[in-house]
Amino acid sequence: MSDSRLDVRKTYKLLINGAFPRSESGRSYEVASAGGEFVANMAQGSRKDLRDAVAAARVAQVKWWGSSAYNRGQVIYRLAEMAEARRAELAEHVALAEGLSIKKAERSVARAIDRVVWYAGWTDKIAQVYGGANPVAGPFFNFSLPIPSGVVGIIASQESSLEGFVDAALAPIAAGNAVIVVASERRPIPGVLLGEMSATSDFPAGVLNVVTGITSELAPTLASHEDVDGIDLSGVTGDAANDLNAAAASSIKRVFRPRDGDGADSTRRLRAFIETSTVWHTIGQ
Amino acid sequence: MSTAPLRLVGNDDYGVKIPASSAAPAIESETQLRALLTALSGVDAVGLEARAAKLATRSIKKSTKMAAIDLAISMVDLTTLEGADTPGRVSSLCAKALRPDPRDLTVPSVAAVCVYPDLVAHARSVLGSAPVAVASVATAFPSGRASLAVKLLDVREALAAGADEIDMVIDRGAFLSGRLGQAFEEIVAVKGACGDAHLKVILETGELVTYDNVRRASWLAMLGGADFIKTSTGKVSVNATTPVALVMLEAVRDYAETTGRIVGVKVAGGIRTTKDAMKYLVLVNETTGSTWLTPHLFRFGASSLLNDLLMQRLKQRRGAYVRPDEFSGD
Repeated sequence: MSDSRLDVRKTYKLLINGAFPRSESGRSYEVASAGGEFVANMAQGSRKDLRDAVAAARVAQVKWWGSSAYNRGQVIYRLAEMAEARRAELAEHVALAEGLSIKKAERSVARAIDRVVWYAGWTDKIAQVYGGANPVAGPFFNFSLPIPSGVVGIIASQESSLEGFVDAALAPIAAGNAVIVVASERRPIPGVLLGEMSATSDFPAGVLNVVTGITSELAPTLASHEDVDGIDLSGVTGDAANDLNAAAASSIKRVFRPRDGDGADSTRRLRAFIETSTVWHTIGQ
Repeated sequence: MSTAPLRLVGNDDYGVKIPASSAAPAIESETQLRALLTALSGVDAVGLEARAAKLATRSIKKSTKMAAIDLAISMVDLTTLEGADTPGRVSSLCAKALRPDPRDLTVPSVAAVCVYPDLVAHARSVLGSAPVAVASVATAFPSGRASLAVKLLDVREALAAGADEIDMVIDRGAFLSGRLGQAFEEIVAVKGACGDAHLKVILETGELVTYDNVRRASWLAMLGGADFIKTSTGKVSVNATTPVALVMLEAVRDYAETTGRIVGVKVAGGIRTTKDAMKYLVLVNETTGSTWLTPHLFRFGASSLLNDLLMQRLKQRRGAYVRPDEFSGD
């Protein structure tokens, strides 16, 4: 057999509303490994791609939150199953992106998949842990229930290509939100792969949207978009983060900024994009 | 509100050369009408669709986009044609027609509200003397399957209730089975009943099957006295499309060049986004010229389109995407 087979090179695309479009703008950019070697061409998303993703997430969130917590857990667990089958591919790209040895990358992938399972388990426990029955002075039941913020924009970690992506994306999804993730600018491939896996994991289209491109171009659009209810600023620092914080404030969003010491078992992200809804009900009726 | 023609692109050379004096041919027999309509050249469907698609790619930005959004708002026939319509719903529709965005008085009013005949009187009373017309569908809308007497009564009742514009449907059954004379005479009769009221003739292009039929039906309607020709009722699966609008605009252009009479075009059904509206404005400008870029000669029959236009308008001003629920729903 001849070994002169043509290379089949992959161009990584966006994930918007369950489909994999190239950017509406037609642009692309090159992604290199940590060592500086060309890895692949990525779609370079635009403001309009984000707009489309937000519109899709708004519709999808209603369906996602309308399904049972048990079902949401099953769907997220399904993502872990898909990722498990593609561990080698994920590890290869984590190694390339982060400049790790393949052994270390494999451990990172294993941790990431374990985190997916962890979030799957949380879907039907958030209400138990963060909700409650409140004692009140009268013949009433009074319940506080955590409900999702709605549509959450995420500027994913620039460094942690897979684990950071999983934490940022899956925590709000487990809480019932729909998300638009702007993947790491220089290390986007593991996140994009996870997006591809989500398409075969029974996620309703639009619950997880992944947009790749230039963070400084995309983040302000997401932060100022008035139909986005929350934003995770993990992947930006310094003045840029403060500007985004201000833009988020003027459009009234919840803002999540990571803290030093957010360990792997931190529940801050789970709590970051939930609201508390309190209901009264008369006793004995 | 500015109704002055807006120039999007191009120059006046695109425009229609309207002869100083000529007249529509008087139609005296079905044979004559048939001969006239069959003499119309066939439509090159491939070329037509390619041209419509090509024009749809034109990009409208910044101040031109702002002007085009305002123009499009002023061209909207804000429509509610549901079995579940109520006077309350029509009231809120009228309020929205007058002041599409109550916080911003620079937003123009829409051209008209479009309702069923039984709600015309209510719409008229809510709008008072405001510069928003009341359009009523009539003639057994949307199917048009009733006797001429019933259709004329439908029209007269709508007019008596205060309608300024009548949207009639052609008899597609008659047209498609070749009874052109019957379809024509109905239009003439309804035009007679309309008097000063503007008559829009709905071709229901989704049921006409071919572009050739659309061209013939356009001419039939114009010869019958239509002030506007309109694509669709919005009640069948195929609504307004850009190729169909292009055929109709060409028909209007050719008719104006032949007869000197200027007829408007209304596209209706399925137009939901600002982007769609921009496509149609480009088609108008490139086909008939900027003379038609006014609410007197071009309309959008729509309901959800208005909110998207308002959203885009606000987005252009604020520089950030806005929430769809900034604006009232139906």
